[in-house]
Amino acid sequence: MGKWTRRGLITAGVVTGGALIVGVAIRPGHRAPTLAPLVAGDDEVLLNAWVKIGADNHVTAIIPHAEMGQGVHTSLAQMLADELDADWSLVSMLEAPAHEEFANYALGKGFILGNVEVPSVLVGTIDGAFLTLTQTMNLQITGGSTSVRATGVHGMRVAGAAARQMLLEAAATAWNVPVTELRAANSQISHASSERTAPYSQFAAAAGAVAPPSKPVLKTQDQFTVMGVSKQRFDIPAKVNGSAKFGVDAEVEGMKYAAVKSSPVFGGTVARIDSAAAEAMAGVLKVVDLGTAVAVVADGYWQAQQALNRVNIQWNDSHASSATQASVFAQFGRDMDAAVRDGSGSVDVSRGDVDSAMSAAAQVIEAEYRVPYLAHACMEPLNATAWVHENVCEVWTGTQNPLGFRADVAKAMDLEDAQVTINNYYLGGGFGRRAQSDYVVQAARLSKTVGKPVKLIWSREEDIQQDNYRPAVVSRFKGALDADGHPMAWTNQYVDKHEPAEAPHIPYAIRSQYIHYADSPTHVRFGPWRSVDHSQHGFFTESFVDELAVAAQKDPFEFRRDLLTDVPRQRAVLELAAEKAGWGAKLPPNWGRGIALQESFGTIVAQVVDVEVADGKVRVDRVVCAVDPGFAVSPDGLTAQMESGIIYGLTAALYGEISIEAGAVIQSNFHDYPMVRMDEAPRIDTYIINSGAPMGGAGEPGTPGIAPALANAVYAATGTRIRELPVKKYDLKFSINETEEMG
Amino acid sequence: MLTLLVNGHSHTVTADPATPLLWVIREQLGLTGTKFGCGIAQCGACTVHLDGAPVRACVTPLSSVAGRAVTTIEGIAAPDGELHPVQQAWIAEQAPQCGYCQSGQIMSAVALLNTNAAPTDSDIDEAMRGNICRCGMYNRMRRAIHRAATANPVMQFDPAAEVTHG
Repeated sequence: MGKWTRRGLITAGVVTGGALIVGVAIRPGHRAPTLAPLVAGDDEVLLNAWVKIGADNHVTAIIPHAEMGQGVHTSLAQMLADELDADWSLVSMLEAPAHEEFANYALGKGFILGNVEVPSVLVGTIDGAFLTLTQTMNLQITGGSTSVRATGVHGMRVAGAAARQMLLEAAATAWNVPVTELRAANSQISHASSERTAPYSQFAAAAGAVAPPSKPVLKTQDQFTVMGVSKQRFDIPAKVNGSAKFGVDAEVEGMKYAAVKSSPVFGGTVARIDSAAAEAMAGVLKVVDLGTAVAVVADGYWQAQQALNRVNIQWNDSHASSATQASVFAQFGRDMDAAVRDGSGSVDVSRGDVDSAMSAAAQVIEAEYRVPYLAHACMEPLNATAWVHENVCEVWTGTQNPLGFRADVAKAMDLEDAQVTINNYYLGGGFGRRAQSDYVVQAARLSKTVGKPVKLIWSREEDIQQDNYRPAVVSRFKGALDADGHPMAWTNQYVDKHEPAEAPHIPYAIRSQYIHYADSPTHVRFGPWRSVDHSQHGFFTESFVDELAVAAQKDPFEFRRDLLTDVPRQRAVLELAAEKAGWGAKLPPNWGRGIALQESFGTIVAQVVDVEVADGKVRVDRVVCAVDPGFAVSPDGLTAQMESGIIYGLTAALYGEISIEAGAVIQSNFHDYPMVRMDEAPRIDTYIINSGAPMGGAGEPGTPGIAPALANAVYAATGTRIRELPVKKYDLKFSINETEEMG
Repeated sequence: MLTLLVNGHSHTVTADPATPLLWVIREQLGLTGTKFGCGIAQCGACTVHLDGAPVRACVTPLSSVAGRAVTTIEGIAAPDGELHPVQQAWIAEQAPQCGYCQSGQIMSAVALLNTNAAPTDSDIDEAMRGNICRCGMYNRMRRAIHRAATANPVMQFDPAAEVTHG
């Protein structure tokens, strides 16, 4: 990839990384010819990697992201179509194949330019190439709520605008008129004075030879016609009649089915297996020792699973086999103490003079919070179909990271990247889990072992017990209030920093702050989970702010609002949520109302939760959600993401707990890892502010605020402060309402 | 050898009679709209109708369905392809996200409306609480069920249409 030019469209401002940032994605005659066979029919001209226009004037948006229900296939097409002035009824989409030509350069640009944070854990499988910026990029990731704000803003819109400009130039040449006299609208170009109108397709071939503009002019918000409109999602019709194909639905001629069981203790290995009984069962092809797991390949999945149950497996003891959840939390506490004692911790934020403020305080409030490990529990259990044959490996699966998976499979199977093909399907949930390739590598190894295509399906038990978990965290706070109840200082120590870096930070104007952390690694595998570190720190910081408000004898909403003097967007979002929720109105007995605010992935969300606590049982009645994403490309899509993020976070807050015993995960399926169901789902009212700020993410920002808003509501209802999740750990039957006592 | 009646068609299959119906209809009949989610009747992703009543196909042994009518998500639209009112309402409310649980959700909703033409919210809770949606689209599904029940004007997929919630 050494030979590339920076004159391309989206490369301006890129300072380093050579092959990483390429405007040539939009350069016909250079990169496009190698792409054309992949996506263009004989009668189509590929204008660039993100748009093609057919002879029938049909526009196809080529989307380098996986669809897992976030609506990205539609919203990104909207961004492209708007800038292209395309007729929306002629627009459809195609997911980009896993091919370097489609690597998500726009995502890289967003990262390099510093306006998008991509969780580094998402790209940990790419040999660090992303972080070092020196290797060929294998980047086609869906995660970090980056699709709209990186690919959409830097890729799709620019591609659409450039394509439009090239079509206009081609038309100007064809008609021999100045380009300024031409008008583009609804996939047509017209010239008023000569009364000529022709479809884009008429100029597509000629446009393919036009040098792409170095700086296409993007529309301003008031010019949007397709963005900002709630278009029906492309993917929904196939999802109501059973025809949508997920990874688990892949069918390859002659394929066998496999079930797998990995060492219950992470890092454990197979000591010995007795497979005689299993191999004697009907339909069983082979029992395979994968080193850290055992699999059975059979004619059908049920047969494979039944046979696997009959394999007697002995595991090697791992050093971690004595670990318990209590020992994990005890280790966190020890490491936090030690970091304070010997100064070995790392500083996140240090400003002002915390020690002086604490000494001078009228009140010092202290609290320790903790949250457990969490599994992703995607509805579609992890699965992959692989076929290793004649020095190639074909894979059919659902992945958030096709190019990374390709690299991982190639490495594991000792193949070149080009020998591996990833066919991506709809994802039955991702939430971060489908950014990690363990299940796909297993399928490839099984296929190679038996010499046939193999569809590997993880059981739900395997899915729950072999996840890469949302990390458990302990977080300690100290806050200083002056005699007027004004916060003077904020200290916070927690274990293990991941991504995004700002997750533990607070938006509040507190003069002295000291936020630091201690490393405390465990044997438990971890990975990104919807909203990543915001899922823990949102709960911690927004609960402790609430504790400060109570100590200051101030209203929790007003207390926060008065500290948002420097951040007007946050303040507006908080105020809108409070207003729409009717903050301050009297509630029935045993009801409570809580509020929380959290910016994540460039989007600001405030939530107000109403709960009723009766007989110790928490019932969530309503969630009011105010959100400022800068601009909502699809208001209904954003609303759906808020609803989804809230229910996902509510499940975690009420019930979510993965715990460790003898080094292994205790929970195994939905009976002991329960989910919020329809009868418990609160009404959710979402209100959008299009502030005009740079576009933020949608998939994750709905999640962080729900747990603290819920916990704060439970406190308001019962006087019990929830400092550990899930809420089900608390006996709320015999609570004293401290707020009333305080009068 | 066992004869199965699925979506009005007769199929002869060879499988251990203990095999759950789910795997037979997916792997042998190629009807992949019915999904595997948990294997223990906890999530509802595999919901199909047995003589019109919803059952979890992941725990329904093949031996128990002989001679009975099985309906899957592929079998609820009209013969001419017109979607079932519940499917149309699902589109109108833009109910699915990832979509994986949706076949089971729709089968539970259709079964409810077959026996209760005007369900209350608590009727809906009762009928639908066996179906998990990790994308949390419960409110949209509830609205879609009410929409289908009250025969509000419903929409086929129309790329030019904007989303309007009932």
